[in-house]
Amino acid sequence: MPSKQRWDEVGLTENEYRMIIDILGREPNDLELNLYGVMWSEHCGYKHSRAMLKMFPTSGPRILQGPGENAGIVDIGDGLAVCMKVESHNHPSALEPYQGAATGMGGIIRDIFTMGSRPVALLDSLKFGPLDNPRSRYLMDGIVSGIAGYGNCIGIPTVAGEVGFDPCYTGNPLVNAMCVGLIRHDEIQRGAAAGVGNSVMIVGHTTGRDGMGGASFASVEITAESEERRSAVQVGDPFMEKLLLEACLELFKTGCVVGIQDMGAAGIISSTCETAARAGTGIELDVALVPKRETGMTPTEVMISESQERMLVIVEKGREQEVYDIFDKWGLHAVVIGHVTDDGMLRVLDNGVKVGEVPAKSLAEAPVYRPGYEKPAYIDELAAFDPLTLPLPDDMNDVLLKLLASPDICSKRWVYRQYDYMVRTDTALPPGSDAAVVRIKGTHKAIALTIDSNGRYSYLDPYKGGAIAVAEAARNIVCSGALPIAITDCLNFGTPEKPDIYWQFRESIMGMAEACRALDTPVISGNVSFYNETDRGAIYPTPTVGMAGVMEDVKHITTQAFKKDGDAIVLLGETKEELGASQFLNIIYGMQKGKVPDINLEKESSVQKATLKAIQEGIISSAHDCSDGGLAIALAESCISGRKGAYVNLKFGIRTDALLFGESQSRILISLKPEYLDKLFVICESFGVPCQVIGTVYGDRLNVDVNGNKVVQLPVEEMKDKWEGTIPAYMNRR
Amino acid sequence: MRFGIIVFPGSNCDSDCYHALRDVMGQDVRYVWHKESDISDVDCVVLPGGFSYGDYLRCGAIARFSPVMQSVQDFAEMGKPIIGICNGFQILTEAGLLPGALIRNRELKFICQPQYIRVEHNRSMFTNMCQDRQVLNVPIAHGEGNYVADEATLERLEANGQVIFRYCDAQGECTNEANPNGSMHNIAGIMNEKGNVLGMMPHPERVCDPILGGTDGRLIFGSIVEWAERRIANAK
Repeated sequence: MPSKQRWDEVGLTENEYRMIIDILGREPNDLELNLYGVMWSEHCGYKHSRAMLKMFPTSGPRILQGPGENAGIVDIGDGLAVCMKVESHNHPSALEPYQGAATGMGGIIRDIFTMGSRPVALLDSLKFGPLDNPRSRYLMDGIVSGIAGYGNCIGIPTVAGEVGFDPCYTGNPLVNAMCVGLIRHDEIQRGAAAGVGNSVMIVGHTTGRDGMGGASFASVEITAESEERRSAVQVGDPFMEKLLLEACLELFKTGCVVGIQDMGAAGIISSTCETAARAGTGIELDVALVPKRETGMTPTEVMISESQERMLVIVEKGREQEVYDIFDKWGLHAVVIGHVTDDGMLRVLDNGVKVGEVPAKSLAEAPVYRPGYEKPAYIDELAAFDPLTLPLPDDMNDVLLKLLASPDICSKRWVYRQYDYMVRTDTALPPGSDAAVVRIKGTHKAIALTIDSNGRYSYLDPYKGGAIAVAEAARNIVCSGALPIAITDCLNFGTPEKPDIYWQFRESIMGMAEACRALDTPVISGNVSFYNETDRGAIYPTPTVGMAGVMEDVKHITTQAFKKDGDAIVLLGETKEELGASQFLNIIYGMQKGKVPDINLEKESSVQKATLKAIQEGIISSAHDCSDGGLAIALAESCISGRKGAYVNLKFGIRTDALLFGESQSRILISLKPEYLDKLFVICESFGVPCQVIGTVYGDRLNVDVNGNKVVQLPVEEMKDKWEGTIPAYMNRR
Repeated sequence: MRFGIIVFPGSNCDSDCYHALRDVMGQDVRYVWHKESDISDVDCVVLPGGFSYGDYLRCGAIARFSPVMQSVQDFAEMGKPIIGICNGFQILTEAGLLPGALIRNRELKFICQPQYIRVEHNRSMFTNMCQDRQVLNVPIAHGEGNYVADEATLERLEANGQVIFRYCDAQGECTNEANPNGSMHNIAGIMNEKGNVLGMMPHPERVCDPILGGTDGRLIFGSIVEWAERRIANAK
């Protein structure tokens, strides 16, 4: 009977240890056990999520590469495709915000160029605790600097993102980084170690002791002891990665690369066993050949090191010189460390002496668990709350200004001003609108990109929350003038062994999957981040959706800003008396409860199709998604971005606060020249979309009348000052 | 005319300059790898923005030792135009081709934003297509663009008309609020004494293509082309 510590030390269970013995027919040695420890960690092995992830639609006529590779690829026509993926770096960023966030960017960028694609855009979704907490400000400052430090240096623009705040993220911030690349269909590279005898090379940076066991560290909750594991956080070198990026893209052109894999979590071990498993081959490598930056590293340390900016490249036998030449030009290492074999084994040598040998496939295929789940009691309790029992606020001006100034809704310029969002000179629509638009030089095409999540909705109703996250992302893409085509997802949850958490996870996935099907946006890549818990409990379930859309002609680019005095303001979609789960309740009453707004995906799809059609017909001046903060906030944002006022007259049979601030789904606020109204009515009718003229763009004040009563009268400048002032005021506090 | 864009390891605005000059301005352009030494075929050298050598040690401090920089020095002495943008400006000051230095922004943060700059005069090969005191919108994106120099140098720069661009507001007023990074005298761009070497923090290559929201950058590149063509015409 082995001592208890053996499996505990590498984070495995006794049962998993027995499985390893079954696979090997013997007890693993320490090196081998460590290999299983990292590869069967939740972070690498997706043990608790793999079964559920099968629920997602992952194929479609546009999908060239679904989940399972370094990143997914979706066709955008004319032989071009978009390559994208989002990944979390929550735990490292909680401990070491700058490096944690920086290496998050580094890792996701490598995933994209590993596919043969040139990265053209970065996005990020960040969640923090409330800004009146100095720790939250420290984390936000460091994380934003880390993203800026890496992205700016490597020269990839950070074009869009979201930042949210809630006490549930205190101590466990979320850092979800997304990278998007462009690629021609004939340039796609894959991560397979094919061709027996081919050389296995390590290229890029040297290997050190940084980031030891990062994958297993990401697979447990954050505790007081986590602080001691700071060494599990890697250190990023964006300059090195810039060189690696250019060298790899140059190398692919030679045609000598058989397969390539990023060395992210679990470094050499994951890249070798995954490439071998994909090709059904084996790999024999010698750790003594790996270029190191420290002396005295043990074979285990070399194998599991998470030193950044390294790649595993499988090269056609006899063509190694081409690799040396290119990497030498860029001043980078390129070393043969082994070769592809036909026996399916991952064989580790140290100076020619065998120190470990396990079936590659068994490492890459961690056990699959289907944990028990149970609907938590809070769900029905909180949903039962009826916001209409609250008194109607006296002063809607005051409410509107409070919402505009709230950290969730206010301007995020303090953040994106630190990101070089213009480099590469393709950012046709910069941060600050519903989605970013990146044009493609030499064509009329562009891609639209967004990243969205709503932890509060997902907490109160994870099924609807998941569906709304997808729907809202698609709405943002449509408002920018593009057709949504695919998503990448980052699923941030608590500890999956807890039945209530696993219930949230299941419901979220089912909601997202339904929306992906309804809106025809399959999931092409993604990442799961469990164990987002501190001693204060789990974070809100937070599925983050990164979405891409395609625009055939850049002349369709549309912004949220009101453009011209006299334009008619029109609201598409249905407004219901839905105040539950709203920012209004959250900010004005400090309540996170009530029923999450309903989402009818058929109606959602119709509203989006009608809007896109109207944009493509060239009749729309502005389009803006109605979401956080409801219609009043959407109006205010369109006014602020356009520096234009508006006269709005609302006649609805619902309470004024619900009308202004309720978050009914599937609504889009547009403005257009009055002479185009008839055309718009025809389009809306053909899609069965309710459409109501609610006002006119005019002047420099926002005036909203409800059933003849003046309820909002605010100068645009005053709203702008409130909206822009919040984050700088907090961050300058120190 | 032919522009040569120097590519250092870590340059990342090289392809942006290439696109602006070739596809938008219709000029002949080539990349010059930092290890090349013969640049006799180019008429104007562009030192593009980016993070040469990762900005390690100090921005531009390592790039100045690249082999090509000797040729760039000679090129400058011959009186031919050199334009250093952002990191290129930093390299020019490190190489001693321009006086002063660029230190961290006043707020100690990287700043990327649209930016108004004022053309101080149009008697230069880089501004002859502009009006005196014209306000241009040319974005900035840098963490270390805070221009500093000693009192005597500043006086000399001002007296000789070497200060060519200053940060300003929409009305052309060079106020402290309009100064994004704390630069002395609101300096956004300076020339050497001979007037053939320009260093500027704002990125003209980002406002050449109208889809990016402006075309003021064309005035700067266009001025160089105009100057070169006039010189060729005069030589004939």
